[in-house]
Amino acid sequence: MFKILQRRDLTPITKLYVVQAPLVARKAQPGQFVIVRLDPRGERIPLTIADYDREKGTVTIVIQEVGKTSRDLGRLTAGDSILDFTGPLGVPAQLAEKGIVVCVGGGFGVAPIYPKAKALHAKGVEVISIIGARNKDLLIFEEELQQVSQEVLVATDDGSKGHHGLVTDVLKQLINSGRKLDEVIAIGPMIMMRAVAEVTRPYRLKTWVSVDPIMVDGTGMCGACRVTVGGQVRFACVDGPVFDGHLVDFDEALRRGKLYAEEQKLANERAQREVH
Amino acid sequence: MAVKTRVKMPAQDPLLRIRNFSEVALGYTEEMAIEEASRCLQCKDPVCQKGCPVAVQIKDFIGLIRKGDFDGAIDKIKETNSLPAVCGRVCPQEEQCEQSCILNKAGRPIAIGRLERYVADRALARGLTVPPRPASNGKKVAVVGSGPAGLAAAGDLVRRGYQVTVYEALHDLGGVLIYGIPEFRLPKKIVRDEVEILRAQGVDFQTDVVVGKTITVDEIKELGYQAVFLGTGAGLPKFMDIPGESLNGVFSANEFLTRINLMKAYLFPEYDTPVKIGARVAVVGAGNVAMDAARSARRLPNVEEVYIVYRRSEAEMPARKEELEHAKEEGIVLKTLTNPVRILGNDAGWVTGLECHRMELGEPDASGRRRPVAVKGSQFVIEVDTVIMALGTSPNPLVSKTTPGLQTQDWGGLAVEEETGLTSREGVYAGGDAVTGAATVILAMGAGKKAAAAIHEYLLGK
Ligand SMILES: Cc1cc2nc3c(=O)[nH]c(=O)nc-3n(C[C@H](O)[C@H](O)[C@H](O)COP(=O)(O)OP(=O)(O)OC[C@H]3O[C@@H](n4cnc5c(N)ncnc54)[C@H](O)[C@@H]3O)c2cc1C
Ligand SMILES: Cc1cc2nc3c(=O)[nH]c(=O)nc-3n(C[C@H](O)[C@H](O)[C@H](O)COP(=O)(O)OP(=O)(O)OC[C@H]3O[C@@H](n4cnc5c(N)ncnc54)[C@H](O)[C@@H]3O)c2cc1C
Ligand code: SF4
Ligand code: SF4
Ligand code: FES
Repeated sequence: MFKILQRRDLTPITKLYVVQAPLVARKAQPGQFVIVRLDPRGERIPLTIADYDREKGTVTIVIQEVGKTSRDLGRLTAGDSILDFTGPLGVPAQLAEKGIVVCVGGGFGVAPIYPKAKALHAKGVEVISIIGARNKDLLIFEEELQQVSQEVLVATDDGSKGHHGLVTDVLKQLINSGRKLDEVIAIGPMIMMRAVAEVTRPYRLKTWVSVDPIMVDGTGMCGACRVTVGGQVRFACVDGPVFDGHLVDFDEALRRGKLYAEEQKLANERAQREVH
Repeated sequence: MAVKTRVKMPAQDPLLRIRNFSEVALGYTEEMAIEEASRCLQCKDPVCQKGCPVAVQIKDFIGLIRKGDFDGAIDKIKETNSLPAVCGRVCPQEEQCEQSCILNKAGRPIAIGRLERYVADRALARGLTVPPRPASNGKKVAVVGSGPAGLAAAGDLVRRGYQVTVYEALHDLGGVLIYGIPEFRLPKKIVRDEVEILRAQGVDFQTDVVVGKTITVDEIKELGYQAVFLGTGAGLPKFMDIPGESLNGVFSANEFLTRINLMKAYLFPEYDTPVKIGARVAVVGAGNVAMDAARSARRLPNVEEVYIVYRRSEAEMPARKEELEHAKEEGIVLKTLTNPVRILGNDAGWVTGLECHRMELGEPDASGRRRPVAVKGSQFVIEVDTVIMALGTSPNPLVSKTTPGLQTQDWGGLAVEEETGLTSREGVYAGGDAVTGAATVILAMGAGKKAAAAIHEYLLGK
């Protein structure tokens, strides 16, 4: 059992948890994830490590409630425990050693971008963060990112804060401003990551994305998480989840992500009936 | 004198059992067990025992059954085999003990596996008996992986007084016994009971620890473990590398079986994990794994037709005979001499068919089996909406990649000294599928026991 030490509601559907998991904290690195299971009948779901404190033995996760399991998790508070919390899984992100790196985060993806921005900043790399959400109330981690970024640029779909539009618009403006950018890291919905990769492709601007396929074990045993990268089949849980965005077959990944759409709806409806 | 026939194993009716996941083979009654045992010749030279990888004292335990001494029989088996309820069910007896039985010459070997299962089940039904906890010798040994190899090693070590910790990557214990072999062939309660006995004897089980990620072998040693046994199995699934394998509706058998067995997807939405499968399913491959996948698919409510697609003929199928027979009884259709070349899909990216070549058998290949060759212009399509790849597995490199100096064989299996299971690292031993590639439960257990003995020898002087 892994005890929840702290819960912070970032938005009505986005929650941050600080979890006591000393073994995971000791080894965690930016780009890695954990697999979480809440109860004996529960599903195993992957969640990115959003922060960690090796001394305190804690790992931070940020969860956006989208379906049954994430919503069940969203009901837990400090003092509750998580049944299974396995990790750190996946390959740590290769982070640039110098220059300027743009960190683009959309939705809950802003949280997992944070440990990378923080690690880059600590190495003396200049970080420019671009974060987006539907409206200003759904923006997360802005303050945290301020601490480790040269600047934080904001985009909202409804224009309630920052640029009225998409993070990719802001990224385009940044590229066109003529500043010499060295790398881009994008985390967020698959559609957003694909759009970012398309923006940077003509400039041959190295772009890392963190794919989130469906997973089961997270240790390379099942192959559920396979994605095609540069024409080759890779298992995201052991070969990724961070890949070169210009090589990822996003169309296929998006299609595979919808595999369980019907079942997810069913589980969700049932969960909601049980709550009301 | 004519040899009497084997006492038949009662089984669930095929038409009923394809609607449930309960055990198919129901087990002997006491009368059946005694009748079958009475066929045994109690040979002076019990050749059957040479066929058992862990040298179960077959003649003696059967002799005890004949006397009605079932307690004596289970104790006799347990002298060499700590998981008889499992082995009695899943050992390929027709290639091991029963193949060697003298009565096999007449085609009617003693049903050793069924008898072993009977006495083991009888003992389990009375409740768990935990052998007394031996005095601790104060030395710590770690076991990585909780499959049959790891459990056997842990059992033998704890009995010798070691303080044993088992690290398991998944949330549940038992390895393939839990996530691979289905409930209808090996009820999970049996595996849980065996684990509980080990726990009661003092084995410490740490789930959710992926060695190589959460902790490395060297870090385990730094925690004061003087020896480490690696029983990490051969869990990495193979695909065919044919077009269409990334379509929705294509699974590895590992994924399919893990969803069904470990995550209980057949009970969705009572359990949270779903499994997506269409009405027509093709399973590619013909080993035990393929049979388990096909028979599991057959039991899902929306499935209408299940095919086993295999490039050689039925005679070459590596699955156990009994599994193949059960599969056929359950209405699974064999498409032999059929080799998939492409998976077809629709615009939405879902599987619609499996394009295959017809094959014929040519000259024998390196394995001694006749090599299948494609018949020119013989392409045809099997209309299916799900394809399950059961093509075998290879060892997971997580541990070998993160343990400096740990040598592997060229195909990825851990390199060990045959007699002891010692790897290229001092104090680090390995056994089971991680060393041999996908093999059998009993061989994995045998390797675990052998390594436990070698570890004991190694630590005696320390
Ligand atoms: C490496 C990785 C890191 C992730 N990090 C985070 C994170 O930090 N925070 C966060 O909120 N979410 C993260 N996700 C996504 C998260 O795992 C899913 O949202 C979660 O599994 C949904 O489960 P559910 O039962 O709540 O919803 P479901 O009802 O199962 O699904 C709802 C939606 O989530 C998608 N989804 C379902 N299962 C998965 C899955 N296993 N992986 C990815 N998407 C899935 C579905 O396509 C659907 O759109 C990550 C996924 C991966 C693979
Ligand atoms: C579907 C199926 C059906 C089968 N049917 C039969 C049969 O009828 N008869 C028969 O004799 N054999 C059968 N086999 C083969 C048999 O199950 C295996 O040979 C046997 O389980 C191997 O045992 P093992 O202990 O070496 O490995 P496994 O049983 O594979 O156990 C390895 C364990 O180690 C864990 N692990 C792996 N890596 C790590 C890590 N880095 N850190 C921590 N833990 C780790 C795994 O999660 C797993 O629990 C079947 C196999 C399958 C897949
Ligand atoms: S352990 Fe397996 S091979 Fe040995 S006697 Fe029992 S069933 Fe036969
Ligand atoms: S060889 Fe067959 S008949 Fe002889 S002792 Fe063994 S089981 Fe009995
Ligand atoms: S999640 Fe099973 S192999 Fe990646």
